[in-house]
Amino acid sequence: MVAFAGWEMPVQYEGVIAEHKAVRGDAGVFDVSHMGELEVEGPTARDLLQAMLSNDVDRLRPGHAQYTLLTNEDGGILDDLILYRLEEHRFLIVANASNTDVVYRWVKEHELRGSDVRDVSDEYALLAVQGPRSLERLGLAPAKAFTWAMGELDGVEVMVNRTGYTGEEGVELACMADDAGELWDAILARGVVPCGLGARDTLRLEVCFPLHGNDIGPQWDAISSGLGWACALDTGFTGADRLREVKATGPARKLVAFVMTDRAIPRQGMSIAGGGEVTSGTMSPMLDVGIGMGYVPAPSAAPGTELLVDVRGKERRAEVRKKPLYHKEPS
Amino acid sequence: MAATESYPDDLLYHPEHDWARIEGDEAVLGITWFAQDALGELVHYEAPDVGGTVTKGSSYGEVESVKAVSDLISPLSGEVIEVNQAVVDAPETVNADPYGDGWLIRIRMTSPDERDDLLSAADYRKVVDEA
Repeated sequence: MVAFAGWEMPVQYEGVIAEHKAVRGDAGVFDVSHMGELEVEGPTARDLLQAMLSNDVDRLRPGHAQYTLLTNEDGGILDDLILYRLEEHRFLIVANASNTDVVYRWVKEHELRGSDVRDVSDEYALLAVQGPRSLERLGLAPAKAFTWAMGELDGVEVMVNRTGYTGEEGVELACMADDAGELWDAILARGVVPCGLGARDTLRLEVCFPLHGNDIGPQWDAISSGLGWACALDTGFTGADRLREVKATGPARKLVAFVMTDRAIPRQGMSIAGGGEVTSGTMSPMLDVGIGMGYVPAPSAAPGTELLVDVRGKERRAEVRKKPLYHKEPS
Repeated sequence: MAATESYPDDLLYHPEHDWARIEGDEAVLGITWFAQDALGELVHYEAPDVGGTVTKGSSYGEVESVKAVSDLISPLSGEVIEVNQAVVDAPETVNADPYGDGWLIRIRMTSPDERDDLLSAADYRKVVDEA
């Protein structure tokens, strides 16, 4: 167990690699109850969120979810979020654990007359069930990604979210905190493998989902971080003007994915020759090579470019690759 | 797949969780069951060059699991005469057999008396119990 943002969290159960492969080949479950939940409600809730968040709230209908960013005046990323539209005037924000207070305060400070922001993190538990057999094991029918519906699993009322952080098919199930133990046991009884934070990190890195605090943060603007697709620049959210400038001139540095061509494992904080920096790195259990993401000068960001990573004093070769690094084999 | 905990009596131990098997003027080095268990499944072995030297108490290489990097501390000084290529190719061999197929390097000792500073299996167990 490891302390994380005030939570005691398992890094692994059976082992990172076994858990990772279970998710790629079958189904695994992660307790991600540490994620923060905020509810924003009221006739002006939409206006508040449209002014605060990077993506276009008007493209989000009840029953749907959206990846979006909370940005500062420089277009830097305070957190990346999933926004659920529960009802026309009621939204749920799922935030990263260590950023929940920042998001809450930021949105609360900008609260409009007719909108109410509440931190409901302690009321909900969140279990992510991911993998090609996850729906079959849970007895759920397929549904479109980034949608949600209320449902029930073995007697527990759940919000079934078609979202995830592994690149696999799957769901994230939100339930009342008091029901979490029962839901966890029911999921395990269906043959789903318990997985810890270690596998969650290797899985997301293989498919190049950025991790806030590693790959994205307030010091990097959303365009440089490759998240321009989640920025509706015409909605006028905080930082949109700055992001429009970056987009027009082109970012000086870009977040890229790379694989090691020498035998070595890149790690967060290692420098890349020519003014770059590794922001995440690991050994890929599926590709069996060191993989990573990091910021490099824009001219070095094209796929195929060779990079030199300083691995504790030794220069090791890497190559920029197109995201994602891992592709599912066609089934 | 993982080995069960053991600390063979015929080995000498360094408190940084490394072992040595002395064979004449040579020694085979590796990491203990405790070390591999703490690291988890190994995915990389950064081995020293054959012909290089290792110094007692200093790092001669690294092993990495998915989440962690650990220096390999040499229990003895000497010249590297062989590297276990099987572990370079399949680092998880160390988890399966830390004292057998998972050995890391073979050295020719330059200060054989250094063995007197190393721990017996019983004394090393006390180190592990306090860790």
